[in-house]
Amino acid sequence: MSIVTVFAGTILGIIIALMRMSRNKLIRIISDVYVEVIRGLPALVQLYFFWLLFPKMLPFEISDTTSIVVAFIVNASAYISEIIRAGIEAVDIGQWEAARSLGLSEANVFLKVIFPQTIKNILPALCNEFISTIKGTSLASVFFINELTTGYKTVASATFLALESLCIAGAIYLMLNVALSKLVKILERKLKESD
Amino acid sequence: MTDEVIRTENLIKNFGKLEVLKGISTSIHKGEVVSIIGPSGGGKSTFLRCLNLLEKPTAGKVYFNDTDISDKSINIQQYRQKIGMVFQNFNVFPHLTVLDNITLSPILERKISKAEAEKEAMELLKSVGLEDKAYEYPKKLSGGQKQRLSIVRALAMHPEVMLFDEPTSALDPEMVKEVLQIIAQLAKSGMTTVIVTHEMAFAREVSDRIIFISDGVIKEEGSPNVIFTSPKDPSTIRFLSKIL
Repeated sequence: MSIVTVFAGTILGIIIALMRMSRNKLIRIISDVYVEVIRGLPALVQLYFFWLLFPKMLPFEISDTTSIVVAFIVNASAYISEIIRAGIEAVDIGQWEAARSLGLSEANVFLKVIFPQTIKNILPALCNEFISTIKGTSLASVFFINELTTGYKTVASATFLALESLCIAGAIYLMLNVALSKLVKILERKLKESD
Repeated sequence: MTDEVIRTENLIKNFGKLEVLKGISTSIHKGEVVSIIGPSGGGKSTFLRCLNLLEKPTAGKVYFNDTDISDKSINIQQYRQKIGMVFQNFNVFPHLTVLDNITLSPILERKISKAEAEKEAMELLKSVGLEDKAYEYPKKLSGGQKQRLSIVRALAMHPEVMLFDEPTSALDPEMVKEVLQIIAQLAKSGMTTVIVTHEMAFAREVSDRIIFISDGVIKEEGSPNVIFTSPKDPSTIRFLSKIL
C-alpha cells in the first residue's frame, strides 16, 4: 500500500506540478484549488470523504481498500506537487532557454534538461514526504482495511499481546523507512557525481 | 535580397508598460558578421532574443529564410535547430558531461547515432582545445572553457546562423581572449553571425556591419570604419565617446 501510494502519488504530483505552471489560466486555477483543498483538510477527514463518497459516485463496485488507496495517492500528490514545483522553479531560467535554443522539443527540454536537475535539488524534501506518506498509511486502520496497523490491531486483539505486536508493527515501519532513506542516499550520491 | 537569412520587420517588444523595442527592421545576410552595440537597457539583447523567439515579439515579424517564424502557428523548434545561440551565462547543462552536453540535441533531434554524434562532438571539442575534458562535468571547467563548450554545443546542430548574447561579459578578463578568438575564427569561416557585445575593438575587427541600438531603435548602422571613425547620430557619438 505504501509503495503504490508513493509511486502513484509522485506521478500524479508531477502532473499537478506541471499543471500549476501551465500557461493556461484555467488549468492553473484548477490545480491551485486542488492543492489548496487537499493540503487544507486533515488526512483523516479526506479518507472519510473518499471512503463514503467514492463508492456512491462510481457506477461500479469499489472496495474500501481501493477508495482509501486513492485517497492516499491524492493526498500525497498535493504535497509532492508543491515540492516538485519548487524544484522546477529553482532551476535557472537560462537552462530552459539554452535547451530551447538548441531546438529540443518541449518534452525533451523538460525530461532531459530540467527534470534531472529538479530531482537532484528536491531529493531530500521528497524523501521526507515519502516517509510521512508511508507512516500516514497507518490511518487506514481506522477503516479496518488490510494494512500494517490494522494487522497490529487484529493480532493484538486475538492474542492479547498488545505491546509485543505493537513493537513488531513499529519495527516494520521503521525498517521500511530506513530502507527508503538509504535508497535515497544512494541515489543522491549518484546524482552528486556532477559536482 | 535572396541571401537574407534573417529579416525583421518593425519588431516591437513591450515588457508590460515598458517599451523595449520600438520597431526594428533589418536583415542579416548569409555569411555576414554583424555586431550590435549600444548602451545597456537599449534593447540589444532583447532584439537578439527575438530572433530565435526566446522573446515573443509584441508586434512585427521575424523571417528566417523567408519563413515568418514569429507566426504563432509555426513550430519554432525546427527553426531553432538552425539558429545557434550562445548566452552570457554559458547555460551549459550541469548534470551532463561535456560530451553529453554537445551530443544531447543532435541525438534527440537530428536523430543521428550516438557514435556519430560523439565522433562529431570530439572533433568540435578538439577544435576548441577541450578534447581532454570530454568526460568531465561542467563544474570542473573555467568560465572560458564553459563558454567554448556552449559554442560547440550550438555548432553541433549545424546551425545556419549563430547568435551571441554578450558572450564575454561574464568572463574574467584573462579568459575573454580565448573565447573571442573562437568567435572570430568562426566568423571568418563564413558562419553568419550576430553578436551583441561590449568589446568594441573586437566588433571593429571581425564585423562586416555594426548596428547601434539605443532606446529600442536602430540609431545608426554601417561598416565598422564608418561607425567608429565618423558616426553621424548624436547618440552614437555620445556612446562611443564614453567608451573609446
